[in-house]
Formats: sequence, C-alpha cells, structure tokens
Amino acid sequence: MNWSKYSAPQAFYPLAGRLIPWFAVVAVALMGVGLYMGFFVAPTDFQQGESYRIIFVHVPAAWMSMFLYVVMAIWAGVGMGLNARLSFMMAQAIAPTGAMFTFLALLTGAMWGKPTWGAWWVWDARLTSELILLFQYAGVMLLRTSIDDMRRADRSSAVFSLVGVVNVPIIYFSVQWWNTLHQGASVSMSTGSKMAATMLMAMLIMTVAFWFYSIAVILARVRCIVVERDSLPVWDEKPAVIQEAVEAR
Amino acid sequence: MNRSSMWEAVSGIVKRDLLLAMRRRSDAAMSVFFLVIVASLFPLGVGPEPAVLRTIGPGVLWVAALLACLLSLSRVFTADYVDGALEQMVLVPQPLAVLVAGKVFAHWLISGLPVVLLSPLLGLQFGLDGAPLGVLVLSLLLGTPTLSMIGAIGAALVLGVRGSGLLVALLVLPLYVPVLSFGAGAVTGSMAGIGGEANLSLLGASLVLSLFLAPWATAAAIRIALE
Amino acid sequence: MLQAVGLSCRRGERRLFSDLNVKVEPGTLLAVVGENGSGKTSLLRIFSSLLPPEEGSVLWDGQDIHQLKELYAGQLTYLGHLNGIKDDLTPLENLMSATSLAGEPCSNKGAKEALEAIGLKRPIHHLPSKVLSQGQKRRVTLARLWLSTRPLWLLDEPFTSLDAASTSVVTQRLLAHVQRGGLAVLVTHQEVALPAERLQHLRLVG
Repeated sequence: MNWSKYSAPQAFYPLAGRLIPWFAVVAVALMGVGLYMGFFVAPTDFQQGESYRIIFVHVPAAWMSMFLYVVMAIWAGVGMGLNARLSFMMAQAIAPTGAMFTFLALLTGAMWGKPTWGAWWVWDARLTSELILLFQYAGVMLLRTSIDDMRRADRSSAVFSLVGVVNVPIIYFSVQWWNTLHQGASVSMSTGSKMAATMLMAMLIMTVAFWFYSIAVILARVRCIVVERDSLPVWDEKPAVIQEAVEAR
Repeated sequence: MNRSSMWEAVSGIVKRDLLLAMRRRSDAAMSVFFLVIVASLFPLGVGPEPAVLRTIGPGVLWVAALLACLLSLSRVFTADYVDGALEQMVLVPQPLAVLVAGKVFAHWLISGLPVVLLSPLLGLQFGLDGAPLGVLVLSLLLGTPTLSMIGAIGAALVLGVRGSGLLVALLVLPLYVPVLSFGAGAVTGSMAGIGGEANLSLLGASLVLSLFLAPWATAAAIRIALE
Repeated sequence: MLQAVGLSCRRGERRLFSDLNVKVEPGTLLAVVGENGSGKTSLLRIFSSLLPPEEGSVLWDGQDIHQLKELYAGQLTYLGHLNGIKDDLTPLENLMSATSLAGEPCSNKGAKEALEAIGLKRPIHHLPSKVLSQGQKRRVTLARLWLSTRPLWLLDEPFTSLDAASTSVVTQRLLAHVQRGGLAVLVTHQEVALPAERLQHLRLVG
C-alpha cells in the first residue's frame, strides 16, 4: 500500500470514510468496559468514598487534552514544513476535540473538587494549566475563524499552535512554582493511597477509548473540511477526482 | 551579508522608530497614563486598607503593567503594515528575525521602559518600600522586554485581521501567564522575607528564551501576513 | 537574468494565471500590462519573493529565489504600490531610513541630490511628509531609484499620480539603468517610452 498517496485530500477522503466506523465501534466498546470497571469493579477509596470515581473520566480527559494539543502542533509543524494541505486540515480538525476534552477535564475536576476540597475551583497547578490550555485552544480556533484567506488561516494558526506548545510546559511549571510560594492555596491532587491495579486498568482503558473516539471524530471532521474547502471553485480543474470521492461515500 | 551592514540596518530601524515616537509623543505617554489609571482604580475598588493594598500590590502592579504592554502592541507593526514599510523590511538582505528584534526593542524603549521607570511611584502608593520596591523595579525591568517579545508574535499574527484588537489579547494573555507569576512572585517573595532571587532568575531565563525564539515566530507570522 | 518557470498563482478562490513562462535578460525591461485584477501585482510580488507561487519557480541566474533568500534580496529594489512613507518624517528622513534599511545607506548630500533629481526642491526636503501631495509622496519613494545600485528593479505602477515631466524623468532613469545592464520589471497601465529592443511586454488576461 502506498501511504503517500493518501496525503492528497481527495484520496484521503474515502479512506477516512472506511476507517471511521471501526474506530467508533472500538471507542464505544472500550468506553463501556472502562466505565463498568471504574464504577463497579474498582474498590471504593477509603478516604474519598465513591466521589473519587470521577477520575476515570477526569484523568483520561486531561491526558487527551494535552496529548491532542501536541498532536495538533505536530500536524501544524508538518504542514508548515512540507506545505501539505492535509496536515493543516488535520490540525484544524483536532482543535475542537482537544478543546472539548480540556473543558471535560475542567468540568470533572470541579465536580471532583467540591466533595474533596469543599470548593468547586482551587488554583491547583494542574487545573490552572488546563484552564490556560483551554484559552490556547480557543486562541487557535478564533485566529482561524477571523482570517478569511484559507492559506493564511492555516499558517497563522499553525504558528500560534507551535508557540503554544512551548508555552504549555512552562505554564505548568510556573503555576506549580507559584503554588509552592502561596502555601495556603496549595492543594495536592495525588490520592495519597496506592492506586489499585483495577483502578489503573480502568483508567488506561478509558484513555484508549478516548483515543479511538478522538480518531473517529477527527477523521469525520477532516472529511467535512475536505468537502467544505473543495466544493469551492478552487478544484474546478479536477472534477473527476471529486466525483470519485463522492461516489465512494 | 556581513555583520556591520546588519548592525546598520537594525540600528537604522531603532533610530527611525524612536524618531517617529519623538514626533508623536502622545503615543508613548498613553501606556504610562493607562498604567497609572489602572493602578489607581484598585485602591478605589478594594478600599484604602494599607495591609490589603500591600498584599495585592505586587499582583495588581504586575497585571497593570502587563495590560499596558498589551495595549501598546497594536503599534508595533500596524502602521508599517498599512503604509508598506513592512514589505520593505521583509525584502532586505538581512535576516528578518534580527530586524524584528530591533523593532521590538525600540517598541520596548518607547512603551515598556517608561512603565518600569514609573513603577516605584506606584509601588509607594501600594505601601511597598525597601527591598520589595527594588525587586518590583528589577522584575519589571527583566519581565517587560519578555512581554514585548511574546506580544510581538501576537501582534504579527493579527495584522490586517478584523477584530484584531481583541483577538491579540486573547492570543497573547495566556502566553503572559508564566511571566506574570514569576514577576509578581518575586515581589511577594521579597515581602515574605524569602527573597525574590529565584523568581528573578526565572524571569531572566524567560527573557533569554523569548529573545531566542520569539523573533523567529514573529518573522514567520509577518511573512504569512504579507503573502 | 530573471526567469519565471511554469508559474501559477491563485488568490483565494480565483486563479489568476497558470503556467506562465517569461525571461528578463540583463539590459531589458519587462512591462507587465493587463486589466485590473489580472494578477499583475501578484506576479510582481512573486518576483519579489513576498508571495510564494502556487506552482513553478522564479530563477535568478539559474537559482531558485526561495533558496537564495537574503542573497536575492541583496540583488533587488522593490517599490510596491504602497509608498512606505511615514507622515511624521520629512522626505529626507524617509528616503534615508528607507535606503539604510535596504542596506544601501546614503549620505545626507546623496539623498538631497536624489530628491532634486526627481524634482523635489530643497524647501520640501524638510517638511513633514503629511503635507505632501500624493504625487510628491510617490516621488519621494521613487527617489530611491537614484540611490539604488541593485541590478534588479521591481516597480508597481511607478507612474501613478506623476505628472508628465516626472514620468519622463523616471523613464530616463529606467533607460539609464537598463543601459548599464540592469533589469527591471514594471507593472503599468501606461506606455513606457523605451527603445523597442530594450522593452518586452507581458499581457495578463484575467
């Protein structure tokens, strides 16, 4: 199989269409298993009771939010380096999903925080970095929508994603450092007790489930982007290829 | 290209921008006035309690300085973009990133340095004195160039984009978070008696990092904007 | 020698031109003509390396200009349709800062001579540029041609808002440039009064 063939959006379109159902099915199945393990199999935490079980959503969502930002930045970088349209489309498609996971992580973090610390929001290093990460996702998407010229929109948001990827670890470090200074507000998020094997297992399964979910959703969104961009008269010269793509659907 | 002509081009840009600022002194004064007004609003909002003002002082002054830097960002490249001077800057036999660094330096001299020089007076308003006051000035001296460097990336990205004033704030403010926490942390640390050295070193490190990376990102953004 | 090989250009959704081939030899001038929106300015911007072509490449003495980068910038004087004139600076200051930025710093005396050559009298040299007329501002920009030693000139509508006398002065300057073996690409609506053997036309159809 010649992989480079699929770097062209027209060729990628039908391939993505064939792959999406598989990723979606695996995502749903794994999510079912992971949630069952998390909510019914994993033992009750002797300090936090049942409320800790939100971590089976919270932690994988937080991991995905950071992971997806890095992946988005990599696609943006590849797009800049190779001038590849599909890479920019991938970066564009990843942003909303990444932002969604960031928001999910913040929401579940607040839900966990209320019974655990007695407050919906604490300025913990991880929560604060997630919040800033959400702002950066918002920045990438807003910059893209404010620019009409597609090529400039692609490249400008790519530059911003790449700058942001340098910033994320610095923010994490700086907020952690800031917390050690302000002892009063400092809260440790680690559960203290050793994590049971089933808990870890459930968390990993949920992470893989989110991963497959992300791939399915992102591929679907890339397909939308391909249609959206290429229905423009830009590809007038290559109507045959478009026809083929539409038929394959 | 040899080093002397590079130096000539950079110093030419700095001189031209300073000359322009001299001709329009009100522009440079604006960010200073803004800083003073914002800093004066806080005592009016939270009350004149000296202990409270002392506690919030470092954070308030740093946030005010940060907003003053943010507000002046639109002036870094916009005029040159509109009148075509930026095109000429891209088409010179010197690396664009070096010229960008020169332009940002000039911008800092015009709108960042006055903020630093004024900060001790504002510090006194908030009941800071002695070592913390010195640390405040030093932290702003190290931090505001970093703010200008990072801000220039955002300013270049939104050139010619509709709604650019608000957009640049949304892009740049998240990037300012580390500088803010190091800067305000240095002053707070000095007030708490644990010293501000560690935070000041981190500010210095941020400055070096932004000096190396930001001009390249800004140059890339300018080229994209001019295509 | 400047050479365009298989250039195609698209702005937004519109295709301006495709598979464009043209060669500019030393000692000649290429006049790019065509209707508004036919891609003349885009072509000039591609020649200047500001705009990357969608396909094809621009070669300077056989080498791709996007590989030459700063070396290519050292060969060229580009005057776009924007003047790059600062309203708060005098014509003299504008000219001197533009040349020093371009890496060809000139003396006060040289700048004054260039301004006079294009018909801007001494008293004007020290006025703020905001009081100048459009044509005078254009002439401040064009004065750079008297100070440029670069072999390649790229000019976007140099004659816009110039009177007949200034147009002929600029044309004389262009002739001197190509006679010395220089190259020039001009985007223009007007006829360029140069000898036929030094002049080449490229018509873009939108």
